[in-house]
Amino acid sequence: MATAQATPVRAAQPGASRGPLAALRERPAAGKLLLLALAAAVLVPLVHGRWGGGIWPDALTADLSEPLGNVTDWIVSNRDSHPLFLYFFGHISNAVVLSVRGVYLVLLALGWAGVTVFAAAVAWRVAGVRLALTAAVSFLVCGLLGMWVPTMQTLALMVVAVLASVVLGLVLGLAAGLSDRVFRILRPVLDTMQVLPAFAYLLPVVLVFGIGVPGAVLATVVYAAPPMARLTALGLRGADRGVMEAVTSLGATGRQRLLTARLPLARKELLLGLNQTIMMALSMAVIASVIGAGGLGDRVYQALSSVDVGAALAAGIPIVLLAVVLDRTTEAAGRRIGTEPTGPALLRGPRGWTLAAVVTAAAVAVVGRLTDGRVWPEDVTVAIAGPVNTAKDWMVDHLYTGVPVVGGTADLASHFTSGILNPLRSGLTGLPWWSVLLIVAALAWTIGTWRTAVTAVLAMAAIGVLGVWEPSMDTLSQVLAAVAVTLVLGFGIAIGTARSERLERLLRPVLDVFQTMPQFVYLIPVVALFGVGRAPAAAAAVVYALPAVVRITTQGLRGVDPAAMECARSLGATPGQQLRQVQIPLARPSLLLAVNQAVVLVLAVVIIGGLVGSGALGYEVVLGLAQGDLATGLVAGAAIVCLGLMLDRVTQPTARRQRQEG
Amino acid sequence: MNRSRTRLLVAFASATALLTTAGCGAADMTKQASPFAAPAGVKTVTLSVQSWVGAQANVAVAEQLLKEELGYRVDLVQTDEVPAWDALSQGRVDAILEDWGHPDQEKLYIDEKKTIVRGGDLGVTGHIGWYVPKYWADEHPDVTDWKNLNKYAKELRTAESGGKGQLMDGSPSYITNDVALVKNLDLDYKVVFAGSEAAQITQIQQFAKAEKPFLSYWYQPQWLFNEVPMVEVKLPAYTDECAAKDPADIDCAYPTTPLQKFLNADFAERGGEASAFLKKFHWSEEDQNEVSEMIASQKLTPQEAAKRWIDRHPDVWEKWLPQD
Repeated sequence: MATAQATPVRAAQPGASRGPLAALRERPAAGKLLLLALAAAVLVPLVHGRWGGGIWPDALTADLSEPLGNVTDWIVSNRDSHPLFLYFFGHISNAVVLSVRGVYLVLLALGWAGVTVFAAAVAWRVAGVRLALTAAVSFLVCGLLGMWVPTMQTLALMVVAVLASVVLGLVLGLAAGLSDRVFRILRPVLDTMQVLPAFAYLLPVVLVFGIGVPGAVLATVVYAAPPMARLTALGLRGADRGVMEAVTSLGATGRQRLLTARLPLARKELLLGLNQTIMMALSMAVIASVIGAGGLGDRVYQALSSVDVGAALAAGIPIVLLAVVLDRTTEAAGRRIGTEPTGPALLRGPRGWTLAAVVTAAAVAVVGRLTDGRVWPEDVTVAIAGPVNTAKDWMVDHLYTGVPVVGGTADLASHFTSGILNPLRSGLTGLPWWSVLLIVAALAWTIGTWRTAVTAVLAMAAIGVLGVWEPSMDTLSQVLAAVAVTLVLGFGIAIGTARSERLERLLRPVLDVFQTMPQFVYLIPVVALFGVGRAPAAAAAVVYALPAVVRITTQGLRGVDPAAMECARSLGATPGQQLRQVQIPLARPSLLLAVNQAVVLVLAVVIIGGLVGSGALGYEVVLGLAQGDLATGLVAGAAIVCLGLMLDRVTQPTARRQRQEG
Repeated sequence: MNRSRTRLLVAFASATALLTTAGCGAADMTKQASPFAAPAGVKTVTLSVQSWVGAQANVAVAEQLLKEELGYRVDLVQTDEVPAWDALSQGRVDAILEDWGHPDQEKLYIDEKKTIVRGGDLGVTGHIGWYVPKYWADEHPDVTDWKNLNKYAKELRTAESGGKGQLMDGSPSYITNDVALVKNLDLDYKVVFAGSEAAQITQIQQFAKAEKPFLSYWYQPQWLFNEVPMVEVKLPAYTDECAAKDPADIDCAYPTTPLQKFLNADFAERGGEASAFLKKFHWSEEDQNEVSEMIASQKLTPQEAAKRWIDRHPDVWEKWLPQD
């Protein structure tokens, strides 16, 4: 029965209507499903007879609360005496504190003028005049918003975390790029690390390192290193065989080959890796404020506790600006590789760097002479918190209830909760546990390989074994509902932007902001609009995941072979027909990738939704963090990881797999 | 260009390796200050801030006075209560200014490990309870007794609470027995956790704007009472025997707690003027609410609110300064 639910989705492909056998040959998915149905027919009665239906049977769970509680006690009582902490974690922690402090002091010594000029010079050097201007303006805005010191704190944390991630990523990537065995072992590990919601890492890190910067940096490194490792390995493995053979025939040693041929050939991937690492580190640096990382994230988080959207936004804008500057600069640097150097001759080569340093020093000296402090002057700030709060209050006053026809946002939220979330939740918790496993297997297998299916089913089973089946189903229902809304909105917008470049240009900055604004900033406005509960969490998740869906879908729809479109047009297909019968089927891989991204991103925010009453796993992680309760927090964190893994595998599109294997 | 980049990376890698291996001795994580503390070698104090506004008010006033009157640099670290104890024992923060009672932590860190010492009363008395809005209690006076709560469960239904009434709780870090209370008192309610105080306040404000009834876990002193008057619901009286029960069996009201300050043991001894000042810090509920309301309701920054209060009440805070 479980398989029957999944069949129509897959079978509704062209060819399904031409007799069962032909369909089976053309669509291996149907064959897989048939096989699965047979297996289920044999196994289900057995399983059902032994453990019964309904939610996950108690007989198959393992209670981890006691051993985990013991671990907590051991750590707390040995933290300041055991050699493991004194000689290992202690040094790591010291190194992190020292490096962050070093970078922070340098940034403070440079002062606002120095940092701004230096950033602009670097951006000019690697990415051109326009980005230099963007960088300079961005830093000045950070100062104007009165966020100079927190911005520098976040920047210091980021510099150290990104460098550490890059080093770690390079080491892992080199190993995986040079040895097939390491590559095979590492790939699933990196895959897994990438689908983990960041929130789930925090607790174990806090327990070992305590609150504060060391833990925050380490959590960030764990989160941000995988893309670097993955792309390094990809770049090294993709090196042109002809070039490698030529280098070998010239008698280069292994090390020479690596340094003079392989790494330079992989420059593009390395830079893309750096770009990805920076973006992930930035998002984590904000989440890590929950464990006392300080900086901009902390300002956002503190503003939230006094329900001050304006102050949260004032700290959120610098984060967005940092993200935009860092993203565009590294992206431009990657694009320019291999092309002729452009820009003024003065800025090329080592001379460019020297010049950047000299100009910075001069700016520091001059500004230092003219004003007394190096920190941004406090009276030259613009307070945006007040007006923003007024705007928010107006919105809430007028939208919360009593909007004609559609009803206020409160009614909307309540309809969404009782009309969609509640039935979905009771449906999922009502499903017999083995049928959930079957559905997962069916979805993962039809869309991927038997391996992905096994991973997904095992991940789901692990949730049951951990004893958090019910909250996990609750979280799953929230994810599904939010993903559905995201996809409907996202595909709708993408169809529009794929048609009109103008609309895309208009939307681009909006999407940029949605994507880089820390999720915490959304949380209070959504509570003000939708009340406390699961609805606001879903709304925040939709906002966060929408940009990725719109981008990927637009690109997919645009990338459809123009010849096919032309052909359809010449046959007299209406725009609607073109869309349905040509564009969408041809863009299927992109659409699947969009679904996959939507699922992963939505899960990340639904978890943070624990802070606004979404309950379930997110709440348990927050509870674990707040009460130092490793058992609750870690089990919920592990369940989130499993859920993320399962959702990723179930939606992992073929396009992504091919690229990785190719 | 590429070579210089590679060289840079190599240099950085060796520097990190050096850093980690060079310190061959024991590295004590418990004596680590924040890397952002005291950039110019000035004396600093690190205070822990909890998420509720009252705690922000204490910290903001202490911060201003430490800065302006005693010449300290003050760092703030935002943490939940239990991790704050942990951080306090490790010396990551120097003081907690408002604690609502954590017997387990007190036993572990004060009595056994002796890494934390008591810093005396804050002067504010805290009380946790269940509250309903005054406009609703005026219409239905009997709602203020727990025995009648089941009668009103239907009116308090929300989408989140299913068929039962909604009892709204706040942040998971707060001390609460509500789930046990609902069960042990046979109430037809479901505890819905707002997940953070910010979310809870926002929801209460929304309810109040629409004059809708609600039942919420809440506490005094709290500035929100000035904006949304609330009446406490009477629960079975608090007794020491009841409080000593297993958390799952508790069936009585919350205690009234004189809020406490706690200091890191090292800091208490060697903290000089700062620790002397923090030990003497002692103010009233009205004082705290005055600052809290400026922060939360009038949207002043905590610093600005503290400045205004300090200007108005020199008689209160002058006593806290060390006498020369």
